[in-house]
Amino acid sequence: MRFNALRVLKEGLTGNRGWRPHWRKPAPKPEYDMLIIGGGGHGLATAWYLARNHGVTNIAVLEKGYLGGGNIGRNTTIVRANYFLPGNSEFYSHSLKLWEGLEADLNYNVMHSQRGLINLFHSDGQRDAFARRGNAMLAQGDDAILLGRDELRTLLPCLDYDQARFPIYGGLYHKRGGTARHDAVAWGYARAADARGVDLIENCEVTGITVNAGKVIGVTTSRGEIRARKVGIVTAGRSSQVATMAGLRLPIESHVLQAFVTEGLKPCLDHVVAFGMGHFYISQSDKGGLVFGGDLDFYASYAARGNLPTVEHVMEAGMTLMPMIGRAKVLRSWGGIMDMTPDGSPIIDRTPIDGLYLDAGWCYGGFKAVPASGWCMAHLMATDQPHPVARRFRLDRFATGELLDEEGTGSQHNLH
Amino acid sequence: MHLPCPCCGPRDLREFTHKGADDYLRRPAPDAPPEAWDDYLHTRANPAGRTRDLWYHDPCGTWIAVTRDTVTHAVIGATGLEDAQ
Repeated sequence: MRFNALRVLKEGLTGNRGWRPHWRKPAPKPEYDMLIIGGGGHGLATAWYLARNHGVTNIAVLEKGYLGGGNIGRNTTIVRANYFLPGNSEFYSHSLKLWEGLEADLNYNVMHSQRGLINLFHSDGQRDAFARRGNAMLAQGDDAILLGRDELRTLLPCLDYDQARFPIYGGLYHKRGGTARHDAVAWGYARAADARGVDLIENCEVTGITVNAGKVIGVTTSRGEIRARKVGIVTAGRSSQVATMAGLRLPIESHVLQAFVTEGLKPCLDHVVAFGMGHFYISQSDKGGLVFGGDLDFYASYAARGNLPTVEHVMEAGMTLMPMIGRAKVLRSWGGIMDMTPDGSPIIDRTPIDGLYLDAGWCYGGFKAVPASGWCMAHLMATDQPHPVARRFRLDRFATGELLDEEGTGSQHNLH
Repeated sequence: MHLPCPCCGPRDLREFTHKGADDYLRRPAPDAPPEAWDDYLHTRANPAGRTRDLWYHDPCGTWIAVTRDTVTHAVIGATGLEDAQ
């Protein structure tokens, strides 16, 4: 189904009875060339780039619930490429470039808004660290501007610059950063993949991965057995459970990250603002709600909701940074299940089982990675070689010590 | 969420620091192969359901092993760490 202005007008005048589903509802075939377990952002993007870049269309995406019902529908929609470490930097840079062409590529409005991301700093030492990060971003070919306090005031007049604990010295301004409409990203990839002949099979829970002599030969699902010689696990949030079906134990612990949105307000915040020292970040959605969040709750959880101490901490941080939001009412809060790895970086790699591939461990940074993750996972599944920008996202890096600890916080799942 | 401290009784979550799964109780021998250390430090069963993990009660300085449900946040019980080992 396609949209255009004339169609919107016509449907509006005739009771909106002519809209049709974006994708087919096929029954699973007994065999495919490749299967992707997980119909979220990363899984759908993998399917699309397999079809688009590699011409592989005899594939199915198996989704336990409905498409886009997991973390792609539960995040705070931030898109950025401000990483420092070689291995991360080129990957997120690639992802941001894909974001910039995504709407034309998919012919779908994902409301990608490059409104700019500003990371605040609060001391001379932190300014030096951010200058260094900004230089790394420039060296990668992306953009970064180090703003002093006065320049920042013109962009963000609403912040409290003189708070006692974390006075604001300035910010690192990443102009090409911003937000996108998270659900639309899933829908756009789904529609595009479906149009190329990819079977998107919803309400189809994978219950087992069939391995014979070290090679994957298919999966069992709630809708019967499906054979395939290549299977990709793209189920961040449930990676450990799905990998267990193939006898694998992953370096992942699942944690809860909470997010919040206020009632709709008039435009008051033009950028995405990250207050790292206070564990708080915020942006304003196109509907007007202030979307904000903080840090993990720090204990393993699959509840998709958090506890009140973290809610309190996030609210305190928000009030510290921008006291004006105190009058806004919080409309709702929710939690997502984060695949936390011991170094805070993801995994896109083969597994010890032939034909079984893993895309997991996105911690709380999976949304911005969706295009590049799909691109690189598709490359890996089609060619059996890691894509150059994802070559460091190895499953065995924890054993070899080649970690990608962006924050330098140590080898524990809840410290990133 | 409240956790039962063996010294202090049920206490609010914010008095506790979470360490991680009880894998940390099974420290390999110093001369164990690297795979054993990788397993100890990094790989996890990561169950959706009943788990046992380690917490530190900041006010009284007691390490405890808590049995709880990661899906419902129900706390089933806790023991002091010298008993847990």
